[in-house]
Amino acid sequence: MTTLEILEIVPGHPAISAVVWLLIVTVLLYIARVPVHRVLLALSTIIRSTLRMAGRSVTLASERLIDRNREVLLAAGREVAERVVEREFERIDATVQHDLAHYPSLQRDLHEALTRLNNDYEAGKEVPPAPPGWIKAVESVVKLPSAGDPMVANVLNEICESVKKAQNRAIEEYRKDSHQRHVLLRRMLPQWRRVQHTLSQVDKTVGSLLDRAKSIDRHMDDYRAIVARSDRAVRMLSSSAVTQFFISSLVLVIAMGGALINFQLIAYPLSDMVGGNSYLHFGLTAFKTADVAALVIILLEVALGLFLMESLRITRLFPIIGALDDRIRTRMAWAFFVVLLVLACAEAGLAYARDLLALDDAAVVGLLVEDEAAAQAGDGRWIATAAQMAMGFILPFALTFVAIPLESFVHSARTVVGILAVAVLRGLAFVLRVLGNIAYFGGRMLIHLYDLMIFIPLWIERSAMSRRRPASATSTRADANAATGGG
Amino acid sequence: MGAIRWAIAVFALAAGLTCSSCSQPGDHSRGVYLLLDTSGTYAGQLEKARHVINYLLATLEPGDTLAVARIDTGSFSENDILAKATLDDRPSRANQQKRQLHQAVGSLLDELRPSRYTDITGGILQAIEFLNEKAPARRTILIFSDLQEELPKGFVRDIDLKLAGYEVVALNVTKLRADNVDPREYMTRLEAWRDRVQGGGGSWRVINDLEHLEALIAS
Repeated sequence: MTTLEILEIVPGHPAISAVVWLLIVTVLLYIARVPVHRVLLALSTIIRSTLRMAGRSVTLASERLIDRNREVLLAAGREVAERVVEREFERIDATVQHDLAHYPSLQRDLHEALTRLNNDYEAGKEVPPAPPGWIKAVESVVKLPSAGDPMVANVLNEICESVKKAQNRAIEEYRKDSHQRHVLLRRMLPQWRRVQHTLSQVDKTVGSLLDRAKSIDRHMDDYRAIVARSDRAVRMLSSSAVTQFFISSLVLVIAMGGALINFQLIAYPLSDMVGGNSYLHFGLTAFKTADVAALVIILLEVALGLFLMESLRITRLFPIIGALDDRIRTRMAWAFFVVLLVLACAEAGLAYARDLLALDDAAVVGLLVEDEAAAQAGDGRWIATAAQMAMGFILPFALTFVAIPLESFVHSARTVVGILAVAVLRGLAFVLRVLGNIAYFGGRMLIHLYDLMIFIPLWIERSAMSRRRPASATSTRADANAATGGG
Repeated sequence: MGAIRWAIAVFALAAGLTCSSCSQPGDHSRGVYLLLDTSGTYAGQLEKARHVINYLLATLEPGDTLAVARIDTGSFSENDILAKATLDDRPSRANQQKRQLHQAVGSLLDELRPSRYTDITGGILQAIEFLNEKAPARRTILIFSDLQEELPKGFVRDIDLKLAGYEVVALNVTKLRADNVDPREYMTRLEAWRDRVQGGGGSWRVINDLEHLEALIAS
């Protein structure tokens, strides 16, 4: 007996059986209407409340995260601002020590130059007396009538000659005085220039100090805003962190490209030392030992670069190194540099070995494919060899500078990850609220659908109720009238 | 140069020692056994075989194994292995071995004499024995033959081949005169070998275009 046969209430009449079943189901659903409604309502309310509670928790978590992000951002910003201000003060100190340390001697030079100038000025101030009016006297003597007396004429001639001589002497004296004045004035010129140069130097130094002071004022304004925890400071720091994140990511990607080239340079020759068919198994994945060794060398170089930058106080990823005594720190920096140099030399050697191996491979392939040119591919390849060696030597030092973008990346990533986490949490809270509402209104919709399936008995019930209601309403009204005595 | 190599070797060793316990050399090596048909009908094809051997030498990597053996009257014998070598782990040493193998195989192919019979099954059995002993991770048997087996009287070769984990590649399967008369013979011969290899648990391929040997050794 199949299931269909069991369900066939009226044998041989499936349609009638279906109608009977429909009636039975409708009646059963009608009977169970109230409890089913309650269950659906309770279920949807529970789901909604749970999801709303979860959404509220997520919102609270996002708010806590926002506070934490703000704290992190302000702390990082304060640290950076302190570093910048500190650096500016160091620069001012350097400027003062370098330029203004000689200020006393500069002042002395200036004073001496001014004294010399003053003396020369005093000397040049004495104007030579103007030549007396001898010409008019000579002309008057020449015009005197001699009246034909030769003696008078002689006397007048002598007077005239004497006057002329006196005039010449006076003019000579005047020229001499003027020349001396000009000499004094000429001597003043370099003094003036020296004074001007000294003053311009002082002006430059003071100007630089003023610029630094303005810069410090600006940084101090930022610092004050950060300390005051203002929204402007938070916005500014947040924007700066995002920019830093993208820039440092870009530089790190470039550095990874450099590391990849470095890897290609040293992995193959290392296989000639550790074996080309030796593998290291990490779980289900196997890596060539030579590749792992090359990777370890590159990572070691990056680590050494980090420590070197840390020892030089260019980065501050490891506060313990920065806090070391200056002498120890300098020694450490030299030690890191020496190890890095050794590694760079080793990489240059490996690059050379790689070139030799590549040549050997080419020669073997040339021999096997009977290609003479390929078999003798080594001729005139010294430029490529030298270039590979140079790259092998330079790349470790280039990787050293990864420390700078790495520091920026680490610091800015805290903020960016925090911002992303807040966005995710807010999105999650929104989704939870929407799901809660969907569950609630979905429950209501299911109740209506339930009623739709049993609309016939419901209609009958409503009709019966409406018929009963007027009758009961009329009897109630009659009872009321009787009680009040009305007619 | 020597000092630098030593320094790097020591450094790489120190770096590698951290995981040396999990190192399993040989797991990624390949083993290739090439069977050359030297019967009278096929002896003229040996120049192509030289081309295949050169290709193999060029593509094999350090740690891989190559053996070249002939198929003659009775091939289930170590004496039929013309040349064999397991390439050293170091690429420079492996290149030297490749040069030596190239030279040895070249001179041996020049001196090969045509055989009267073709014992392909014996050659495959020898190949299985050789490669099982070397135990490379991937095992390939190349059969450079027209696949027409001709056995002398009394030789028993109706043996099940245990080829699980092996890839058998038939190379340059030339058509015989009889195949031209009735191509069904050629197809039947190929199908018989395919069934035999696959029945033994191996995989079967046929490569007739020797200009495109890239697919010879699946990477």
